[in-house]
Amino acid sequence: MSRLVEIRDLWIEGRSDETWSPIINGVSLSLDQGEVLGLIGESGAGKSTLGLAAMGFTRDGVRISKGAVEFDGIDLISASAAKKRELLGKRIAYVAQSAAASFNPAHKLIDQHTEGPVQHGVMSRAESVEDAIELYRRLRLPNPEEIGFRYPHQVSGGQLQRAMTAMAMSCRPDLIIFDEPTTALDVTTQIEVLASIRDIVDQFNTAAIYITHDLAVVAQMADKIKVLLKGDEVEEADTRTMLSQPKEDYTKSLWAVRAFERPQKPAVHTSATPVVSVQNVSAAYGKIPVLHDVSFDIHEGRTVAVVGESGSGKSTTARCITGLLPPTQGVIQFDGQSLPASYKQRNKDQLRQAQMIYQMADTALNPRKTIGEIIGRPVQFYMGLTGKQKRRRVEELLEEIELPAAEYLNRLPSELSGGQKQRIGIARALAAEPKFIICDEVTSALDQLVAEGILKLLARLQDDLKLSYMFITHDLATVKAIADEVVVMKEGEVVEQGPKREMFIPPHHPYTDLLLSSVPEMDPDWLTNLLDERGVDNIGDAAVDKMS
Amino acid sequence: MSTLLTLALLLVGIAASGWVLRFAGQKATGNAPTFRDMPFAVAFGYVLGACLLLFSVWYFFQPTVTEAGVPNAGVVFFRWAVQFFIIATIAAYLFRVLGRSVGTAWSKKLFRQMPLTASFGVLVVILYAFTAIFAGWLAPHGQEEIFTRVNVLPGGNAATGGDPLHPLGTDQIGRDLLSRLIYGAQNTVGIAFVTACLAFFLGGSLGFLAATLQGWLDQVLSRAVDVLMAIPSLIFALLLMTIASAWAGSERWLLTVYMIIIIAVIDSTRVFRLARAVGLNIVVMDYIEAAKLRGEGLSYLIFKEILPNATAPLLAEFGLRFCFVFLTIASLSFLGVGIQPPLADWGTMVRDSAQFINFAAFSPLTAALPLLAAGAIALLTVGVNFVVDWMLHRSSGLKE
Amino acid sequence: MQSVIRIILQRLALGLLTLFVVSIVIFTAVNMLPGDFAEAILGQGATPEAVASIRRDLGLDQPPITRYFQWLGGALQGDLGNSFAQANFASFAGADTGVSTTVAQQIAPRFENTMFLAAVTAFIAVPVSLTLGILAALFRNSVFDRATNVTTLTSISSPEFFLAYVLILFLAVLNPVLPSLSNIFDGMSFGERLEKTLLPALTLTLVVTAHMMRMTRAAIINLLASPYIEMARLKGMSPMRVIVKHALPNALAPIINVIALNLAYLITGVVVVEVVFVYPGIGQLFVDSVKIRDIPVVQACCLIFAAAYILLNLLADILSILSNPRLRHPK
Repeated sequence: MSRLVEIRDLWIEGRSDETWSPIINGVSLSLDQGEVLGLIGESGAGKSTLGLAAMGFTRDGVRISKGAVEFDGIDLISASAAKKRELLGKRIAYVAQSAAASFNPAHKLIDQHTEGPVQHGVMSRAESVEDAIELYRRLRLPNPEEIGFRYPHQVSGGQLQRAMTAMAMSCRPDLIIFDEPTTALDVTTQIEVLASIRDIVDQFNTAAIYITHDLAVVAQMADKIKVLLKGDEVEEADTRTMLSQPKEDYTKSLWAVRAFERPQKPAVHTSATPVVSVQNVSAAYGKIPVLHDVSFDIHEGRTVAVVGESGSGKSTTARCITGLLPPTQGVIQFDGQSLPASYKQRNKDQLRQAQMIYQMADTALNPRKTIGEIIGRPVQFYMGLTGKQKRRRVEELLEEIELPAAEYLNRLPSELSGGQKQRIGIARALAAEPKFIICDEVTSALDQLVAEGILKLLARLQDDLKLSYMFITHDLATVKAIADEVVVMKEGEVVEQGPKREMFIPPHHPYTDLLLSSVPEMDPDWLTNLLDERGVDNIGDAAVDKMS
Repeated sequence: MSTLLTLALLLVGIAASGWVLRFAGQKATGNAPTFRDMPFAVAFGYVLGACLLLFSVWYFFQPTVTEAGVPNAGVVFFRWAVQFFIIATIAAYLFRVLGRSVGTAWSKKLFRQMPLTASFGVLVVILYAFTAIFAGWLAPHGQEEIFTRVNVLPGGNAATGGDPLHPLGTDQIGRDLLSRLIYGAQNTVGIAFVTACLAFFLGGSLGFLAATLQGWLDQVLSRAVDVLMAIPSLIFALLLMTIASAWAGSERWLLTVYMIIIIAVIDSTRVFRLARAVGLNIVVMDYIEAAKLRGEGLSYLIFKEILPNATAPLLAEFGLRFCFVFLTIASLSFLGVGIQPPLADWGTMVRDSAQFINFAAFSPLTAALPLLAAGAIALLTVGVNFVVDWMLHRSSGLKE
Repeated sequence: MQSVIRIILQRLALGLLTLFVVSIVIFTAVNMLPGDFAEAILGQGATPEAVASIRRDLGLDQPPITRYFQWLGGALQGDLGNSFAQANFASFAGADTGVSTTVAQQIAPRFENTMFLAAVTAFIAVPVSLTLGILAALFRNSVFDRATNVTTLTSISSPEFFLAYVLILFLAVLNPVLPSLSNIFDGMSFGERLEKTLLPALTLTLVVTAHMMRMTRAAIINLLASPYIEMARLKGMSPMRVIVKHALPNALAPIINVIALNLAYLITGVVVVEVVFVYPGIGQLFVDSVKIRDIPVVQACCLIFAAAYILLNLLADILSILSNPRLRHPK
């Protein structure tokens, strides 16, 4: 094996408001032919910037200030634009995060696929078309002969991502940069794409840099892993060593996130009145039905996790409960009393008792109001507190969410980090002193360490205040960590429900099974074992299709 | 034909020197990336720019009077333009320096981020506001005051048909033009400002109401606005002004009031669209949903949650709307159906003095008169647009 | 393909509906005039019999709804009624003076002139502004981009008559290259006509180019920021190929929109410019009729302007639908 990529002491800066601030601080990396390096880090770690720099490419407003990037002995920093164009696409290829946005909407897939080989003089168009069909077949795309002749918008997300991998392969490059290729996909789709990418990289002995924030994913794909934190390298080791014996504290804490799990509470007495009871609810957006006969109960001090992929009706259920979308059939009961269908008909106390925490803290907090005003409003509105009393209550609430009141009271949301904003969202919900809180994907926009902090805070608050949670999520690790009971939804229907303990022990509904088995685990052999166990045709969308 | 040939040859020459420039640069700097990766178009642009600059400098220093004693008007106008440009740049620069060192921390920060164009715009707006408010003190005579000497030429020099009493001369019925120019600031700008405010109040409140309530009210208002916007605004304004002039009869001040209302209503449709769009963007935010679910009333939603987040785009829009209203009024006045005499107004002044432009070759100063009034209109809109452009750039930059 | 046809038919229907409602608005506005046209025509000292006879002649004694449909029905057949001013003049002259008295006769030649002016303007403005806009987008934040930004902003901000007089000053008075008055008449050769039209067309070009260039620049910059352009560059495609093959096909819709919107904008600009250059177009007729309150002419001109405006917007809408691959190739 010979050295393919060599990056030495690379410093990269980005421009913001006329000043240059560092993005990558003196990172080095090397990659041999056929080797796969996993680049892992939280948002803002500089993973993508580093990945693009390995291609000798920087985005607008970004510059390499120091260091060397060599590809197969060619210095990419001093190379002329023409020289770099010769390498890009032909010997170094790129697979972007969003295939839907990265394919040109005006051209057919096949035309975009053959453009590289034809322009670089690798193949004729006819040869390239034939080759594309072969690649599509190997990537297990349905109708490989025909799919290339469609436009990007006519192909689904997971298939597009594989078509993009095929396009990257079109010139048989020595190196491919995968920039979070599965982040935007659902778990069951993700697994197919992962398996396809791994296969094809193996078959052609292509070197790759695989960028992701998901440890379990990188464990399946990479030979060695490099951890980045705010543009600094934390550590690098081969995959197995890294997973079993991380050296640095930061890496260890990343690994530990996955271990957080609450003990399950004892089952509720069957005669107890549930706090919230969703009974035979159906709902529709206009004429399109989205929920069919959904029923489940949420008891005091318990957490019900509602799980499903995008479009399964999780959030719509929440909208029915809050009264934003009056159900077409069925009722919502609160403490045994039926609630009016629309929030407009509910009284102040009914509104107060059910609060909501949102996924995107950025859009959930009014950017023009201070933290004190945001939390103070429900205190004043529901509790009627004003002046000093109101201020004292707001300070109490800030303490409750572990933020020092004196420092944060007068700040605007934009002056807070993502995790802190989410905490303010929690404090606003608590200010109403509710019995029941809907948490809509509250951790999915956050980095893993921060998300863990939020989950622990919610768990503590539940114990202290006897709160009931409805926890909407697509992430089964979160379910494992916090749920008492689980409701699995698919296409607007409840597929299965029961206590968490039972949900994670088979046998269960085939869809639940598929969902559970599709969640990558930290074991580097997980994907291999799974494929051995189920076969390539029984994973992902193919398996979902078989079910229906 | 020969002019075309010269032009073509000139272009070829510039193209050739562009190529030479790039080649020489590559050789001289040892193939540094600046020259190595320079597209030919950029090299061409540099040479073209340099040529234009050289020509301007040469032209600037041509004599202002030909040997025959006739003024070389082209050079005179060019010098005026260049001098104005230089003075404006220096003034904007000094104003920005001033703004950076005086005032609150907030305003200092604002001036630190400001490009020169924006600080020029702010300066212009302040100057116009000052002139408009203190027109009564600044103007040497009243706007309706009639003097015995009519058609005095500008310049203030008795030898060339001027009068030191009237630096810009008098019009055909003997009113002092400098005073009318200054009072024009009060009338034209003031009326445009009132109209823009009215349009804003009308369109803004309806737009936010439509965005917040949605449903049938939104449908009705939006369709009505669609129809009103399907008629070009100046045309619609002219049509309605015809009717208004019949209504107003001989009461000329009444016609001005009608004009304010007509333009405000026509313009409020544009404000409505924007306010509604901005409102709709805010209404889908989760914090609005949170407030609705809390049980907040409509006025709280609009005034406490939506409005504070809409101020930045609305402020920029107000600038644009003001410009638009100002130009519409100026155009109407120019066409003779806008602000009515005896009120001094720039649009009317341009129309009345337009024929002077033909004297440019003998007396550049006389020909400058219509341009002065038209330029006064242009300068304010340019200034406001510079500020708005910067505001829009800033708010889009924050999003990235 | 069917869905595209359906969408286009919907837009067409909507456009016609808008035009219909606009005609009602115009008619209603005109009928809000106080007093009586007949009195206005004959002046203060008219006898009641004369007024009544004129009213009958002009159909003013009919209820408004009847008059509206008569007017609309006539308009659809090209009959826009009689001009008051000409009718007045004709009645004073006694017999038939050979002066065209119908609005349609008055408007037809002027409409042709205005279309000629708009066409000349578009012919210059569209290629120039597209080229400049694309260049500014490609070299954004360069000296060239900043200079064009300031220049176009200045040009947009200036009233049309300011630009017109500056052009007259430099191209007609100081350097007599072009005539400052556009007296166009029948039987002129194309070259002569073009020469007379050039100065107003240049004025309009200045205004429209600035708008069009800025909009093109914004559209192209927006486009160049899309991930598929980055992808094309990462595939090692040359800058020229990235523009021609990847950016332009997607830029079609926004560019068509920009052009149509600005041609629609021309309609408003034409009024002032025609007055400055005494260009015998529909804009000048409109302003003159407004001043003497010649209602049928005002009404007809207004309808023509609005119709052109609506049609151009409709055209932009339909063309951008047609250039959208998502709609052209549905799932």
